[in-house]
Amino acid sequence: MSEGTLYDKVWEEHTVSELPTGQTQLFVGLHLIHEVTSPQAFGMLQERGLTVAYPELTHATVDHIVPTADQSRPYRDDAAEEMMSELEENVRESGIQFSDPTTGDQGIVHVIGPEQGLTQPGKTIVCGDSHTSTHGAFGALAFGIGTSQIRDVLATQTVAMEKKDVRKIEVTGELGPAVEAKDIILEVIRRLGTEGGVGYVYEYAGEAIENLDMEGRMSICNMSIEGGARAGYVNPDETTYEWLKETDYFQENPEKFDELKPYWESIRSDDDAEYDDVVTIDGSELEPVVTWGTTPGQGIGISDPIPEPESLPEDKQDTARRAQEHMRVTPGETMDGYEIDVAFLGSCTNARLPDLRRAAEVVEGQQVHEDVRAMVVPGSQRVKAAAEAEGLDTIFEEAGFEWRNAGCSMCLGMNEDQLQGDEACASSSNRNFIGRQGSKDGRTVLMNPRMVAAAAITGEVTDVRELKEVTTV
Amino acid sequence: MTDEIPEIESVTGTGVPIRGNDIDTDQIIPARFMKVVTFDGLGEFAFFDLRFDEDDNQKEHPFNEQQFQDASVLAVNANFGCGSSREHAPQALMRWGIDAIIGESFAEIFAGNCLALGIPTVTADHEAIVDLQEWIDEHPDGEIHVDIESETVSYGDTTVEATIDDAQRRALKEGVWDTTALMKSNADAVADKAAALPYIDE
Repeated sequence: MSEGTLYDKVWEEHTVSELPTGQTQLFVGLHLIHEVTSPQAFGMLQERGLTVAYPELTHATVDHIVPTADQSRPYRDDAAEEMMSELEENVRESGIQFSDPTTGDQGIVHVIGPEQGLTQPGKTIVCGDSHTSTHGAFGALAFGIGTSQIRDVLATQTVAMEKKDVRKIEVTGELGPAVEAKDIILEVIRRLGTEGGVGYVYEYAGEAIENLDMEGRMSICNMSIEGGARAGYVNPDETTYEWLKETDYFQENPEKFDELKPYWESIRSDDDAEYDDVVTIDGSELEPVVTWGTTPGQGIGISDPIPEPESLPEDKQDTARRAQEHMRVTPGETMDGYEIDVAFLGSCTNARLPDLRRAAEVVEGQQVHEDVRAMVVPGSQRVKAAAEAEGLDTIFEEAGFEWRNAGCSMCLGMNEDQLQGDEACASSSNRNFIGRQGSKDGRTVLMNPRMVAAAAITGEVTDVRELKEVTTV
Repeated sequence: MTDEIPEIESVTGTGVPIRGNDIDTDQIIPARFMKVVTFDGLGEFAFFDLRFDEDDNQKEHPFNEQQFQDASVLAVNANFGCGSSREHAPQALMRWGIDAIIGESFAEIFAGNCLALGIPTVTADHEAIVDLQEWIDEHPDGEIHVDIESETVSYGDTTVEATIDDAQRRALKEGVWDTTALMKSNADAVADKAAALPYIDE
């Protein structure tokens, strides 16, 4: 078992009791909720005559079903309107803060938590959403939970969990041009597999991680779950603290910053911490990574050949064959030149300001290919406003992108933003599962935001390094 | 109030095999069916896109086959339930009729969600699963017995060693898989913890 890691310390700090099952009852420092996975939990509370125990430690937003075009109420989609109304009623009755679209603070739950300074090092953070791992970028222990567990958290502010092992993933070296956090995590998943992280929490460390900005660290922690790890984190450092200082919470409570910093420092993994496993990846060897299949583990460097199924481990061959048939790709070829119909720049993985800036740099002065439908969906209303203040909206719109309102959008196709038929999509999101983007014949190619921009312009998967001189991250 | 949580010592029923690794929660329940505020009625949407074409005509899928309509034990392969945290996935399977799942491996959040519903997620090695799936095809009316305490799966003349996570086994066996009331009873300790944590405002 690991010892002296951030995970061990935060776990210990939040342990309330040991349950008869052998699980730990863990205190939850921040509970984030949204409209899709919470209504049933409130329903269960009501059935049992229970109320929300610590409403001040829960924060709500609306992201999955919210339209990203016309947001006037009632929403055109009756089901979406019903879910929104239900959430409004639940938060009002329970006294839970709600970053709704009228506040200017609404956005994808994993974008707004950090923005507002709700996400902090050494907190336990849960949400009924598997990408809650995102918040680990700040040195929080953050993981997704199901609806019955949401009920537990609402009723008790605790969750029943088993302690996991800790795997340190050390990414050394300097990243090459146009290689981003997204490429690191796609490579991690490719190497360790989509279930390699089951039973583990991932600690991301090493020079390449330390050099990333907070947004990059969020992109990496975000996709821990795609590698099977329910949580991933980066130890907090000066980059983290600088970011936190600018958030609402610490702007409004500056004394809290100095008060909490010793705690944040204390929960960093010790230099001699013991890990259950250590994996090292040379970041300087990476190139932009794209997926060729229908799981996030089916990725390759943009100049690498798509693998022959027979060359893969036996248990991966069937999935690979079916994925290649669905995607209509040929082993031996590269993904460079794969025609796309849609370019989606958005999601909790890659829709923060630096993501949009980097993509805009590629887009500036170019035109979206005539056969491509391209859209930018900023991660939050604040990201959108900040991008507009820099004129990024103009760059995207002049190039032919749609500039939309904040939400999960085409990452999972729960609102009207969906692939049609067998459309292929260059996507900055996190899952290329069949049907994920709203059409069961749709084809998703995951990539970093600059690569999405490049594909939008050329109409095919393109090595952005060849399209335009680009700076490093 | 549902204070009485049943103890689940075993599950017995006929089987249904779903083959393939990495079957994600988007396949188990496509996101468009999650635009609901209760879990009622999700059963009919389980594996929907694998079961129906765009004109809602049935495709070949075990959940469509007549001989599996009364099945309650699902036999799957590796990394079943990967992807999103949606409890809608096990809810849909449960409401279709599934009481236990036997597989090579499960995604963590999915297995936790199953436990919260009292559905055991039992693991066995690849060969054992393949044998079981073939046996189910040949014996759609044959009963499968999943024993939680002895961690075995029995069918026909065969009994295979299976694994059930310790916490899951204890939770099911002792009827403490619904943790709300249990954790609620520690409210004082929770309040003490809240008071002791440096980041919680008074």
